[in-house]
Order: sequence, then C-alpha cells, then structure tokens
Amino acid sequence: MVAQLVQQGVSHYVTLPDSETAHMYDALMAEPSITVVPVAREGEAIPVAAGLFIAGQNPIISIQNAGLYEAGDALRGLALGIGLPLVMFIGYRGHNRKGDTPDSAATFLEPYLHMWRVDYFVVESNDDLDRVPLAFERAAKTNQPVAVAIGTEYAKADEAGAE
Amino acid sequence: MITYADACRVLNDSRGEAVSVTTMTQTKYWNRVSEQPDLDVGIANAMSKASSVALGVALGDPDRPVLCLDSDGSLLMNFGSLATIAGMAPKNLYHVVFNNGIYSITGGQPVPAPGVEYAKVAEACGYASAHRFDDIESLDSALPEILSSPGPVLIEIIVKGEPQAEGVDQTWESNAQLPKQLRALRKRLTGNDDWGPGGPYI
Repeated sequence: MVAQLVQQGVSHYVTLPDSETAHMYDALMAEPSITVVPVAREGEAIPVAAGLFIAGQNPIISIQNAGLYEAGDALRGLALGIGLPLVMFIGYRGHNRKGDTPDSAATFLEPYLHMWRVDYFVVESNDDLDRVPLAFERAAKTNQPVAVAIGTEYAKADEAGAE
Repeated sequence: MITYADACRVLNDSRGEAVSVTTMTQTKYWNRVSEQPDLDVGIANAMSKASSVALGVALGDPDRPVLCLDSDGSLLMNFGSLATIAGMAPKNLYHVVFNNGIYSITGGQPVPAPGVEYAKVAEACGYASAHRFDDIESLDSALPEILSSPGPVLIEIIVKGEPQAEGVDQTWESNAQLPKQLRALRKRLTGNDDWGPGGPYI
C-alpha cells in the first residue's frame, strides 16, 4: 500500500488512526517522502487536506467510517462543494464479507457513500491493491472525493504477512 | 473593547504577503480593507473549519505567512484544531480569534462559555506564543513584532459584538464563491491554473 501511495506522489497523509489502517500509519511514519499529519478529530481531516491541495500539495486522508460520519459537514462543504480531488481511505470497521455484522458503523458506510454520491472501492487484501490507482484516477478525472474502504480482513492479512 | 473594523484595519496594515483564511463576521470587514483579494479565502461553507484550512495552507506553503481570522464560536466547534496545530507547529501560522462571546449571525445568543480565554488555551496546547488584546492601540503597536515571530501564534482580540450584523458573509451566494476563490488562491500560490470544474457550484 505504501508503495502505491509513493507511486501516486502523495505528499501528506492526514489521519486519525483507526484499527483498520493503523498498519498504514506505522509504515508511513517510516516513509520519508510522505508527511503524516495527525488530527484531533476526523472533521479536521478534509479541511486540512483542502488547504494542502490549495498550496500545491497532493494529500490524502485516512479516517474510520465512524469518523467519516462525524466529518459529514466538511465532506459536504469542503470536498463535494468545492470539487476537491481527494482520495479518502476509510477504515471499514465492522465489515465482514462472510456474513452480517452487528456493527452499525459498517452497516451504514456504503449507503452513506451512496447518499453523498461518493464513488468508492473496497480493499480487503493485497490482491485488491490495483483498485488504489483507480481511485486516484477517478478523483483527478472528476474533481471529486473518492473513497477507498479498507476492510478489517486487509489489516489482519497484513499482520499475518508481517509475522 | 475593539471594533471589527479597527481590528481588520490594523491586521491588514501588517499583513504583508500573507494568505488570509477568514470566517463569519470578520470576513465582511476584512473584505473592505484587503488589497489582495487573490490571497483571501472566506470559509463560509464549512462552519468552524477556517483554522483547519489555514493549517493545511501553512503546511503546504511553509515559506508564506498564513493569517487565520477565526472567531470564538467557530473555534469552540473545532476546539481540537488547537491541539492539531500545536502538534504540527507551523512557524508561519498566525491564528487570530475574534472573541465577542456571542453567536452574531443568529441574533447574539451567548456562546456556551463566554469567559474562555483562548490565548491561555492555545498556550496550554503548545502554541509558540499567545497574546490577548482589548484595546486597539496595544494591538496596533504589538502586531508587527508578533507577526514576525515564529508560529504558531494565537492572537485573541476582544471585540464588540454585532448581533445580526448586516451583510454577514454567510449565504449561499458566498458558498458559491468559495470554489472560485480557492481556485484563484491555488493559481496564485502555485502558478498553475490546473484545478478544473467539479462540485455543484463550478
């Protein structure tokens, strides 16, 4: 994943860490070409990224699905409303492709993205990494935010690989 | 107590080539005195997020000063941004908080805690320095030195409240202007006119 982000020329990773993407945070802290910008609340992430983009940088954000709900007004006003080409990594907390989940954070994610008309891709393993450049391409082409939902399975597979 | 008009006038006098990110009532007064509208952005369409946008611009263009004209009600809605800014410690960010203790645009209701001292909170969060002014002479004489000191700096200005101030820049027309302002600012900062249309307004 980090190699994909470097290849896309990402300059800043604006994030509030979550369980699904914590492995990316650790890896990106060690990547010298990308500056990690930790925020105190998810609603700050999109405005910070908008400011970075205005200044000529190439940021992405990474927050959990529950945090994306908190960030709704920023998504409306400073991403969709201004036509911001922004790739948003979203931790898909509670997602379980093998059955129902009792976690409403997962239940509402895809309907929520549909409601905002945000295009998205789901990444559940390294086999899905070819979807990441598609997300950057879509964001640049449409001048709109595009989500990459990171499934819990991806984090678990990454941990297994590290062992 | 200081008026919005006086505060914006002296801030503009010491502005130099700073980007300005404004919100709420002060946007109206800032627009009257600013002589560099292509360096100005009024954040009307994402309530409370001026400080976060300013942080992004400051990190993205570290050689240019960034002046954020925030307000107490807005900052209370995005209070965590004080810690975020302190954590990233941009030396070029000057965070001005217009403190009138009320929500002007909805008729002047008090904010939840009108006595909050924002300079003290910023200092506790880890800003490089923080200052509080309630008379225009002190603000005017101190600004040149403050704006040449390393950030992040918070400048709290006690202003006279103006409930339901006429012409507050908080309408759908101003929202429609925002995408154009942001594109103009990106063009000014980067020299590239490469951000095409997108979204409902442009």
